Formats: sequence, structure tokens, C-alpha cells
Amino acid sequence: MINRYDNLIIEFFCRIIAAPLFLFGVYIIFHGEASPGGGFQGGVILGAGFIMLAIAYGMDFTLRRIREKMILFLSCIGVFIYGGIGAACLLWRGNFLDYGKLPLPVDSVSAIRGLGIMGIEIGVGLTVMGVMISIYYDLIDPGGIQPDMLSGEE
Amino acid sequence: MMQQAPALTIAILLLTAFWVPIFGMVKRESAYYISLTAMFFSFLAACATLYAVVTTGPIHYRMGGWPPPWGIEFVIDYLNAGVLVLISLISLLTTVSAKKSVEREIHRSKWPLFWSLYLLLVMSLMGMTETGDMFNMYVYLEVSSLTAYGLIAMGEKGALMASFNYVILGSVGASFYLLGVGYLYIATGSLNMADLSKILPSIYRSKVIFTAFAFFIVGIGLKMGLFPLHMWLPDAYTHAPSAISTLIAPTMTKVSAYVFFRIILTVFNPHFSWEVIPAATLLRWIAAVGIIYGSIMAIAQKDIKRMLAYSSISQIGYIVLGIALANRMGLIGGALHIFSHAFAKGSLFMVVMAVIYKTGIRNIDDFKGLNRKMPFTMAAFCLAAFSMVGVPPTAGFFSKWYLVLGTVAGKYWWLTAVILASSLLNAVYFFRIIEKIYFSSFVDLVTGGSGGHEHHELPAVAVAEAPLMMLVPILLMAAGILAVGLFNTQIIHHLLQFIVPKGLA
Amino acid sequence: MDFIVSKFNYWIYIIMMMIGFYAMIAKRNLVKKIIGMNIFQTAIILFYVSIGAKKGATIPILEAAHHAKIPPESIEVAKYINPLPHVLMLTAIVVGVSVTGVALALIILIYRRYHTVEEDEILRQLS
Repeated sequence: MINRYDNLIIEFFCRIIAAPLFLFGVYIIFHGEASPGGGFQGGVILGAGFIMLAIAYGMDFTLRRIREKMILFLSCIGVFIYGGIGAACLLWRGNFLDYGKLPLPVDSVSAIRGLGIMGIEIGVGLTVMGVMISIYYDLIDPGGIQPDMLSGEE
Repeated sequence: MMQQAPALTIAILLLTAFWVPIFGMVKRESAYYISLTAMFFSFLAACATLYAVVTTGPIHYRMGGWPPPWGIEFVIDYLNAGVLVLISLISLLTTVSAKKSVEREIHRSKWPLFWSLYLLLVMSLMGMTETGDMFNMYVYLEVSSLTAYGLIAMGEKGALMASFNYVILGSVGASFYLLGVGYLYIATGSLNMADLSKILPSIYRSKVIFTAFAFFIVGIGLKMGLFPLHMWLPDAYTHAPSAISTLIAPTMTKVSAYVFFRIILTVFNPHFSWEVIPAATLLRWIAAVGIIYGSIMAIAQKDIKRMLAYSSISQIGYIVLGIALANRMGLIGGALHIFSHAFAKGSLFMVVMAVIYKTGIRNIDDFKGLNRKMPFTMAAFCLAAFSMVGVPPTAGFFSKWYLVLGTVAGKYWWLTAVILASSLLNAVYFFRIIEKIYFSSFVDLVTGGSGGHEHHELPAVAVAEAPLMMLVPILLMAAGILAVGLFNTQIIHHLLQFIVPKGLA
Repeated sequence: MDFIVSKFNYWIYIIMMMIGFYAMIAKRNLVKKIIGMNIFQTAIILFYVSIGAKKGATIPILEAAHHAKIPPESIEVAKYINPLPHVLMLTAIVVGVSVTGVALALIILIYRRYHTVEEDEILRQLS
């Protein structure tokens, strides 16, 4: 478990950086369909933001804001958004992930595709963020899975 | 909805796999039932795919509607439609029978994640079967490996090291496959299998193509546990949870064997694989040595799961031998052996799972007189063992028969001898167990007392069959062995004859 | 000499790959094996990225905004590098990160159970 450093400089700079960092991550996710970036990169930035907070302010601080169950939920829901948009296309007689067929109130097919990709990027971003944080939590956590929990003996 | 069936096989499992942990947070027991439902619907979609292929011919399913050389497409032709149904049927039956075993061997808190990984593993195996894109294949290959690493690590003592060794070797295999894809991409600029098979023949003499082919053989060989690359397999099968051994033994190596078929016959055409470079000669030797090695090592084992793992290495040798014979009968025999071995190995592992669940026995010596305790399970074990040895009318007999016909047609007499010798060795290690099961007196492990002496009247041993949820899948798998055997001509007529390239004797 | 210089990207990737491979095979420490595996995967990523690169070409993004109408014939394809290998590597990087994550998690569990990450020591305890 990482404890709080109590180092004023580190905490101060993390506090300054954190908000722009999260904003930047969200910007990259939402800009993914037309320019470099996308769900994966943005998700990594968001995840890195949380990891930075965990390093600077300690695990307790971060765990209070985003709990492990929440992370699991986010990771799962992200993939579900991705697959759900893909499967929704099946309902409107498109192939899997054929966003052009979705009945969105936008005039051109390319705009619908753009929106479809954006939805998918959001899903990917959520999942990547969740997985990044969860890998970090798992590596840091001295508790977590105990070896004897893996086998059946209780 | 019928033409969407190929995507549904994957999408159902993928979407459910990520709901399982969420529902599992609320109620742990729900994870299993959700998974079972998803497997069932995915199986229905696979059957619909098979039906569509048999009635209307190969399906090309474009992901996202993009045309093939750029977009990713699923190509389902006769061979992989069969493999697809095989995979989903066996994993459905395994899911049914695995419930009790998982509840005993896996800690309660891990059930939702276990079933989530399980669904993802089956999903990726089906994806490997269906995809028609080289890079997409790599992604599914890695997803299947990653989930398998996690699932194997949930096993008993020693599973962690087995899983770690598999991580190292498996990522080498996948990386080699990825390098092969890269070399093909340099030479052709395409990743689509059908597109590659059109472009490649004009540049077959290029050294880049040779290298790519070698990378593919080694990479896929590692994943399927081909003889000199099998090091991860016995440990992984032995130490994994019984349910996972039951799932990966019949499906994972078979799917890799299917990929082997696909790469040698579709991506590279047979002319290249057999004539431009002498891969067939090399593979024949490797397969022959692997068959004998696996059988001999199986005889030496005391642990039944380990014995079955070595027997798997030997059986993979048969499938590769079928490809390497490079003639009609050999190819059909190799492809049919995918089916017969999947059913036989699946039911053997299911029986072992039931035995471990009921009695905790793993040592072969302790199987004495088990037929009086679990008569139906042991009958299924016998049937599967007969199939492995090749006793008619089980499935194993027919696939071996076609392989022998292939060796005769190619005049490889020494390979005929290898197949017969290996059948003999199979008989040695299976009849050793069958002899213990049926002709030795029962020793009750719990009380430690002998159940009776020879020459005396055998005492009545209470029948303690496996629970119904295990017994029914076991019997269905045993029926599957017989069905593949009895209907082998129909399977060949409807599915397997199409894999033989035109102009091949 | 020209054989080496003109194809230097392939040489570098082969050398890196062999370093990684050596570490995976020969080192007895599990963490070192993982580092070797990472070098191995990075070498392949390097290989892919280098085959997509082109001299004097730029990233494949049109300078005008995407909704402005640009006639397709005015785009010089030769001026842009091939983005496909790079996109493929994005996926391969994700896969590599996942494999590393799984392997590290395994090492943590192995360490908790056997209190060492030396392979010889673990095998001795297992036997």
C-alpha cells in the first residue's frame, strides 16, 4: 500500500496538473473519430491521472474516489457500450458494427458513422481507464487475491 | 436474422462475458446461469451458421459492412462451420458438467470472474475459427491465450508455474505468428486470407515468403502443442482446474490445428506448402516422432490428467500427419481426427472431472474397481478409450482408418507402421486403466480397507454415480463419439471433402 | 556493408529480438524473463513501425479539416506514410500490456506462495 508522502511540492503540482490532465483525456476520446487519438489513448491518459493521484496522495485518497467495484463496473460497461452499439446495428439490418445503418437524427451517413465511432471510443476509453487503474491497484495491493483463495481449500 | 448468425455466435458471448461480473457482484450464483444461457444461444447461432453453410455454401460476413481487402470479414466455409459447431457443442456440454466441479475447486469470490474468462475463452476460440483476416486471427489467438493463462492459474498447487511457463512460451508463439503476418504484409500489402491466397502464388520463390511460412509453422505449432514445442502442455493440463482441463483439452489445440489447416491449405496453397518448400517431409517426421513420443510418455505417467495430456500430444501428431501426407485420404483423415479426438478427449477429461469430484482420485492405481461405484461414467470412459485406441465403430477408428489409407496411397509404409504401433501403445495405456477399473477389486479410499479378496465373492459396493449434471453431458459426449463414427461418411460428404484441393489424388 | 546499412531497421529488430529471446530462455529469474519478453515484443513493434515509414513522407492526416471538400485527385498518396502497420501495432501494444499485466500478476502470486522469484528455487520447492 502506498501511503501519503506529505510532500507539499508534489501534492501542489499534482493538484494543478490533475484537472487539465483529465480534460485532455476526455478531449482525446471525443476527438478520436476525426483526428489522432481515440478511446485507447484517452483512456490511458485518464487512467494515468488516477494513478498519479494514487502516487501523490496515497491509495486511501484514490480509493475513496474510485473504488475497485466501480472500476470493475466501468471496465465491463465500456465493453458493453462497444458491443452494444455493434449489436444495435444488427437490429436495423446492418452487419455487426455497421454504424451507417443506425437511425440517428443526422443528415449524412458519414456523420452517423462518426457518431457511432465516437460512441465506441467512449466505451473503449472507459474500459481502458478501468483496466489501467485496476492493474495498478492489483500490483500495489498487498491484500487482494491470496494464494490459498485460488484453490478450493477455504 | 439468419445471415447475422456468424456475428451472433461471437457477440452473444462477448456481451454476456462482461455482464457476468456485474451480476456476480449482486449474486454470485447467477454468474453460472447467465453463462450457461449465453453458451446455449451461441450454440444455436453456430448451428444456424452450419445450416446456412450446408444449404447455401460458404458465407462471407463483412464486419461493419466494409468490403474485404480493407475490412475484416468472417469467412465460414465447410471446414470451419463444422469446427465451429464442434467447439460450441463441447464447450456447452463442458459448461453444464463443470458447475459442481467449479464450485468445489474455485473460491466463491472468484466465480463471476471465472465464468467471465471462461466465456471470453470460448468466444475467442470461435473467433479464431470464423475469421478470414490474418491480424484478426492474431488478436483472437492472444485473447484465447490470455484467458487461458488466467484460468489455468486458478488451479491447484503448481498451476502458477505451469501458467507462467505457458505465458512465456505462448507469447513467443504468438509473436512468431505476428512476425509471419508482418512478413506477408511486407510482401503483399494485404492481411485478408482470400486476398493473400490470390496475390501469393506470383511471388512463391521469394525468401520473405519462406520465412513467413516458417514463422507460422513454429507459432501455430507452439499453440497446438506440436511435438518439440509441447513443453507447456502437460503441466498446464495437469494443474489447471478440472473444468478448465476439460474445456481446453478438446477445444484449444483443435482450433489451433484448424488454423494450421487454414494456413497451409488456404493462405498458402498446397502447391507451395508441399512442393516449393518440402514442409510436408519435415512435418511427417515431426508428426511421427510426436505420435510415438506422446504415447510412450503417456505410458510412463501415474497421474491420469498428465497421461491424457501426453496422449493429446500424440493425437496432435495424427492431425499434423494427416496434413503432411499431402493426399486426399490423409487430409480427410486429419480433419476427421479433429472431430473424433475432440469428442474422445473431451469425454475422457469429463470423466476424470467427475471422478475427481466424486472421489478425489487422480492416481491411475487408485482406479481399481471403480466400475462398481460409477458404472455409467466408466462405460463412457471405456467408449472414449476405445475411440482413442481405434476400435470400430467409434470415431477414432474411422479417422485412423483414413490416415492409414492415406499412408498407403502415398506409399509411406513406415508411417503405416507408426500409426499401428501407436495404436498398440494407446491400447497399452488405456487397457491398463480399463483392466484396473473392471477387473480389480474396489479399494475404498475413505476407510482404507480392501473391498474384498480375489477368488472371493465381491462385496456389494454402493453405486455412487456422479451427479446428473455431470453424467448427462458425459453420456452425450460418448454418444457424440459413436455418432461421429457411425455418420463419418455424412460428415465427410457434407463438410470435409471440400477441404481437399482440386486436382489432388 | 551496404547489405547492413540499407536494411538497418531489420538488423536492429533482429538483434533486439535475440536479446529478448536470450533473456526469456536463459535467465532463471522470473522478472528478468518478463523483461526479456517485453524486449521481444518491442522488437516486433519496432519492425512493424519501420515497415510503415517512408522517407520524406508525413503522417496521413489531411491538413484541411475533414468536412472541407477536398477533391481526391489532389491528394498525393506518395506523400503520406502507410498508417496500417502503426494501427496494427496499437493493438499489439495493448496485447503486450495485457500479457505483461497477467505475467506480473502471476509473479506476485508466485512470490506470495513460494517467497522467491528464482525459478530453480521454486522448482526445488515444487518437487
